[in-house]
Amino acid sequence: MNTVDARGLSCPQPVLDTLTAIAGQPSGSIEILVDTQASRENVCRAAQSKGWSVESDTEENNEYRIVITKG
Amino acid sequence: MKNFLATRSGIVIVGLIIGVLAPLLQYMGNPGNMGICVACFERDIAGAIGMHRAGVVQYMRPEIIGFVLGSLVAAFAARDFRPRAGSAPIVRFVLGVFAMIGALVFLGCPWRALLRLAGGDLNAIFGIIGLIAGVWIGTYFFRTGYTLGRANKAPATVGLLMPVIMVGALALLLLFPQISGKPTSGVLFYSLKGPGAMHAPLFIALGVGLVVGIIAQRSRFCTMGAFRDVILFRQTHLLCGVLALLVAATVMNLVLGQFHTGFEGQPVAHTQGLWNFMGMVLAGLCFALAGGCPGRQLFLSGEGDGDAAVFVLGMVVGAAFAHNFGLASSPKGIGPHGMAAVVIGLVTCLAIGFTMRKKA
Repeated sequence: MNTVDARGLSCPQPVLDTLTAIAGQPSGSIEILVDTQASRENVCRAAQSKGWSVESDTEENNEYRIVITKG
Repeated sequence: MKNFLATRSGIVIVGLIIGVLAPLLQYMGNPGNMGICVACFERDIAGAIGMHRAGVVQYMRPEIIGFVLGSLVAAFAARDFRPRAGSAPIVRFVLGVFAMIGALVFLGCPWRALLRLAGGDLNAIFGIIGLIAGVWIGTYFFRTGYTLGRANKAPATVGLLMPVIMVGALALLLLFPQISGKPTSGVLFYSLKGPGAMHAPLFIALGVGLVVGIIAQRSRFCTMGAFRDVILFRQTHLLCGVLALLVAATVMNLVLGQFHTGFEGQPVAHTQGLWNFMGMVLAGLCFALAGGCPGRQLFLSGEGDGDAAVFVLGMVVGAAFAHNFGLASSPKGIGPHGMAAVVIGLVTCLAIGFTMRKKA
């Protein structure tokens, strides 16, 4: 699975990196790692706006692992 | 737990609340079309502690203190306090300096640009177009790999220092209150005339600051991101909040009799369109490269972002430069060295933008 590690990056980079990954992959799953709630919200919103769905969104150690999928 | 304020309805409500509160602050004593201005208010704070000695703009603005402390409270309540730092702090400091210089050439941050427009000040149109142009230049750099690098997790101290500084600022304000007719009180400087002498009652201003800090932290309200996200991603989420602010503030100004359309004679404004535009190009580019408008930088520094705190300190120092070196504008027009400062700032920002790119 393609992984985007956006931990520690300022706005708008987590979204930019997620959309770049989406542009390079028409379907399947992408894992995105972020470490703020704001980035988590922004990444989920951006992915959904591109027709991807958030399959899982788990928190561990104040970090978030988001998996988005498109059929 | 769903964060309602981060939804589209949520950010619109936040924009409406800010749009209602800012003109009310003005009605209760803040300067014209300056219910909230992050740049002007940080500049007033720089004056209050004597970093510059422009007598008309010296006041320890409680709104700024409230922004940071409100954000801290909201972040703790939502388990969203994340102490972090280490993403090119010196670059962020310099961006803060030039963001302030650009904003003071225009006479307002993006928040005040909106509030000026909402009060009928048509000069603000040049500023807002400049802001969008500056943000657009910033998005070019983001598209081509610009990054300030990763911040690292840090001890809580790193995230708490800016809120502690703000508590200290509030303590000074309470310890050394304004003495009628006197330009100083203890260690603080106060304005006897001009915008610095105009302020809403302390606890009302602080209360509004806290409320705005809380709701803006939860909603991620950002007046720069609003335009950036449209240009970069075609996303209108943050823009909805900004438009809500503009609509609410316009209605409030009409209700309160504070709406006067025109270019001439607007409060704390000048009519040099080109430099209203250019000042905000510089400021907009700085905010874009730093990842947030000046309000957002305050909210980030309240939720533990030590790099945003450095940007804030850069803005305060930039205000001191702006008034000590004749860079800031006044209602008469731009300062003697305002043009030079904008050019130097733009060259510096372009150099930062081109050189801080990941090698593909």
